[in-house]
Amino acid sequence: MTLRIRGRMDASSAGPMIQQISARLKEYVISSLTIDIEHVDYLDDYGTLVLNELRKMIPHERASFQIIHASDKIQELLSVLNFDSLSTQPPIQKKGLRGVIIRIGEETLQRISDLKYVISFIGSVILSLIQVCSNPRSLRRSDTLLYMQRVGVEGFPIVALISFLMGLIMAFMSSVQLQQFGANIYVASLVGLAMTRELGPIITAIIVAGRSGSAFAAEIGTMKISEEVDALFTMGFNPVLFLAVPKLIAAVIMVPILTLFSDLFAMVGGLIVGVFMLDLTTNSYIAQTIKTLSLFDVFWGVFKSAVFATLITLIGCLKGFQATGGAAAVGQATTSAVVSSIFMIILSDSVFSVILRYWG
Amino acid sequence: MTRKPIIQVRELSVGYGDAVILDHISFDVYEGEVFIILGGSGCGKSTLLKAMIGLIPPFSGQIILDGDHLSNRDEADLQKLLRKIGVLYQGAALFGSMTIAENVALPIEEYTSLPRELVRAMVRMKLGLVNLQGYENHLPSELSGGMKKRAGLARAMALNPKILFFDEPSAGLDPITSAELDDLILHLNRSLGTTMVIVTHELESIFAVAQRVIMLDKPTKGIIAEGDPRYLRDHSQNAFVRQFFNRRAVQEDPDAAGKDIR
Repeated sequence: MTLRIRGRMDASSAGPMIQQISARLKEYVISSLTIDIEHVDYLDDYGTLVLNELRKMIPHERASFQIIHASDKIQELLSVLNFDSLSTQPPIQKKGLRGVIIRIGEETLQRISDLKYVISFIGSVILSLIQVCSNPRSLRRSDTLLYMQRVGVEGFPIVALISFLMGLIMAFMSSVQLQQFGANIYVASLVGLAMTRELGPIITAIIVAGRSGSAFAAEIGTMKISEEVDALFTMGFNPVLFLAVPKLIAAVIMVPILTLFSDLFAMVGGLIVGVFMLDLTTNSYIAQTIKTLSLFDVFWGVFKSAVFATLITLIGCLKGFQATGGAAAVGQATTSAVVSSIFMIILSDSVFSVILRYWG
Repeated sequence: MTRKPIIQVRELSVGYGDAVILDHISFDVYEGEVFIILGGSGCGKSTLLKAMIGLIPPFSGQIILDGDHLSNRDEADLQKLLRKIGVLYQGAALFGSMTIAENVALPIEEYTSLPRELVRAMVRMKLGLVNLQGYENHLPSELSGGMKKRAGLARAMALNPKILFFDEPSAGLDPITSAELDDLILHLNRSLGTTMVIVTHELESIFAVAQRVIMLDKPTKGIIAEGDPRYLRDHSQNAFVRQFFNRRAVQEDPDAAGKDIR
């Protein structure tokens, strides 16, 4: 049987051609197949693939298959593509999955080496902080101020807005219940105490983790993959002292301040609900808030927020330093910095609650 | 001239994780020479360079830079040692948040006690040396690839190190720009006597600047040739080395060394 093909055999015609020809060829019993490509104007590797498919359609190996009237150009292409041995090549095999035990082992080793890295990172942060204390000139002051602005000043509006709305919501939700008992005035206590002890530090920390923790990871991660961290090292700078310490100091100073503002704005939110919906006077609301809160509550919240700031910065910088590879690694570092930070914030807050329960 | 080794590499093995990339290699770099490390892609050129500047710890072996052991990880010693070297990274590794002048000024401010105006004057001189006058206040992102490399070079030699390392200086540059960079390297080598260690596989650069080369080989994880590139091109015993220098594809000869190099 002879098959004459005309026109172009390229990427766009290969699919339909295989379908049509194979549908037609099924109707015949083929003992030999000759393909005449005299009138093929253009043939590329897609066309070669079609020819190879046709060859595979011959039922057994003894049946002859030949291509005739191939131009010089096409013959050269076929020889470059090793057409004669194309069908005998084994198909590309996917890498098989390795055994479960091997994978568990590898993962465990990976975790252990990650843990070692975390410990050595924390160690070098502590050493750098000692160095800064003994020689304050080694701190990059302008960077520290810049990060204080980024973390604190630029984060202030969103922290204030969200805290205000949180105070509003809390007061509104609790007033529905408290009104039934005529205990409207305790809205002030509830908002004040919940914000200073728990929610203020947590809300602020989560916002800072999202805004600045991610930025730290992305910044250091990008510097890592573009060899800037290596350049710092070979220029004799300590990358941790140069990159992580200014961020750490800036965050530990600014996050507690943001937390205080967060407490304040939430109380303003509560006050607005109290005054306009619960018929409290401004004075009585403020007086009740002051009566409820002790100085210890405020300090406890501030202390917690300083710990959260440390966690956010350390995790952000660590994830950045761990980035290797390309742009995707920076994305992963950023995501994992935010997720890990938020998890560690909540986890450490639970630990603090337990400590306070047995201590206070 | 007396040939005094400034870098001694002894029985060095490096790699990543479990994979050994270079196995027990030894060589010397002499003071004041332009020394090129070359080889096919993936043979460990950049890895060797990173080991020589202390970025990756070797599995075993020693690297002695100007008499000091690199593995001596005492903080003060390491600082002293790092002052002797400058590195031009493949992508120049300029700090993106700083201007060109601030990048070059960074090591000068850190390690000299020059007053601010003199630092500025020094920066201008360094940038003049690499033909980048007038770009002091540009950010790295505002420069072309060749200009970034030159700015990176100005920063690498800010403190006039004894040894300059170059990681693929001509990667991503057009032929003219990379020839200019070669000229700059030769000029600095002659005028300042700086020892240059260059990782590259650009043949033109190799013949233009190299006084001595070592060639790394992937299958044997070692050095397969050492010497003057012009001599190696014509007289090397190894067919793969001659093919490399004459820019020929590896023939389908089962006996040819370096068959696996892609």
